[in-house]
Amino acid sequence: MALRHPPLHRYPLQRGRGVGTTPAMADAPHLRHRLLVRITHWLITLAFLALLITGGEIVLSHPRFYWGEVGNVNTAPLFKIPVPSSRNLVPTGYGYVLPDQNGWSRYLHFQSAWLFILTGLLYVAVGAANGHFRRNLLPARAEVVPKQLAASIKQHLRFWRPRPEEAWSYNVVQRLAYLLVIFVLTPLVIWTGLAMSPAFVSALPGAVNILGGQQSARTLHFAVSVLLVAFLLVHIFMVIFAGFRSRMRAMISGRAAEPEEQA
Amino acid sequence: MSKLSRRAWIASGVAVAAGGAGLAVAAKLAGRYGLVPPDSGGVYGPGETLTYAVQRLLTGHSLAREFSRSQISKAPFANEVAPLGDDFQRFQKGAFADWRLVVDGLVAQPASFSLADIHSFPRSSHVTMIQCEEGWSYIAEWIGAPLSHLLGVVGAQPQARYVVYRSIQPDWWESMDMADALHPQTLLTYAMNDGDLPVGFGGPLRIRVSRQLGYKSVKYITHLTVTDNLKQFGKGLGSASPEGGYAWYAGI
Repeated sequence: MALRHPPLHRYPLQRGRGVGTTPAMADAPHLRHRLLVRITHWLITLAFLALLITGGEIVLSHPRFYWGEVGNVNTAPLFKIPVPSSRNLVPTGYGYVLPDQNGWSRYLHFQSAWLFILTGLLYVAVGAANGHFRRNLLPARAEVVPKQLAASIKQHLRFWRPRPEEAWSYNVVQRLAYLLVIFVLTPLVIWTGLAMSPAFVSALPGAVNILGGQQSARTLHFAVSVLLVAFLLVHIFMVIFAGFRSRMRAMISGRAAEPEEQA
Repeated sequence: MSKLSRRAWIASGVAVAAGGAGLAVAAKLAGRYGLVPPDSGGVYGPGETLTYAVQRLLTGHSLAREFSRSQISKAPFANEVAPLGDDFQRFQKGAFADWRLVVDGLVAQPASFSLADIHSFPRSSHVTMIQCEEGWSYIAEWIGAPLSHLLGVVGAQPQARYVVYRSIQPDWWESMDMADALHPQTLLTYAMNDGDLPVGFGGPLRIRVSRQLGYKSVKYITHLTVTDNLKQFGKGLGSASPEGGYAWYAGI
């Protein structure tokens, strides 16, 4: 596939005061990502990977999903995942049973959930206060129109490599994807997780009742997790595609490009 | 270092120091108000303590969700238990007439109760869901005597903080705090739906702890001990669950 740069188009590089918006100011010690964004990014990464591994491990003890309030091996599942189980009373079609890993998986899942939630709250609170969301993630009104969106989606689907100045700002599809993950999928995955807790829903029964029941909450928790994993895979692919070294450098040290690239 | 980043570093330092001090104060308060679980040591201690403390503060006297009788599961799942030993089978042959529940520890009158004694206590029931930590669940009507009533009969002392409960199955024991022990939905369960509690579901006597996962609702209960200190039981982690790698608190 021939990889080309997209044609010149307008990106809102200058979106008010702040870091990471003005590549021309190479003499100023400005950074692509603030320290807090970088720290919370990697803490969330750590927490999410731990949640993913332990969540997968817990699912292995009952890889069947239901809708409504209740479900067990005596009731018909909504769907099954074709994997072996760590419990011998779950019919899987496999002739063997995996070792039980639920003890430490559950401990680590909830500890990671706390890291995820507390880090996320810090990120959202500071991001709201210092204009991070408005400046870096909220797309310009002019971008959220069918023509602009279609153009951006087309560039993604044609695998056009981003232009160097795009290392300083997110494009509209990217902004919408991040906003969806931060403000829709993450609250949903936390909510559906808590809706499975018998103690939590004893205090707030509405949290599970409006989801249609405890097994519905579990199924939705799994579904939202799948969407988050899909985001993660695309995110990693795009980092590698856009330039692994420069994107990783930006999220670790904060610098977006080598000095000679900026010149 | 520019002025801005120096200011940022100082602000970060102050924030970290304040956060650390806040955590230390929070830990001390949590200990004082009984919000630290017995398995709070080890690498998962911070997460466990946060979960237990926050859920205890959030739940208070909240009741587990109750359902209508029409929602009782037609096909509940008993789950498997380790093979029941000779002792159990001897009791079973005698229709559990000789089954005893021993209550000791911090009580005015240590006692031993037959199933008939427990049947004579005020009867309570609720239709609630039991959830396994694995993810499956069913709804049943649980019928029995409130544990709080029995604790009143034996005169549990004011310094009591936990109730340790044991199964006839060796090495199967748990404990709960007084918030759950005195909770109206915590029952010494001897019947389920329309009949006696089947052996597979824990008959003749099962503790039902409605706001926690199924593994806290231990089957074949024979012994309760009221205590103010869990350190003296087993490895001091509160129950057999942490010794087997599972959390003591199972509200989530």
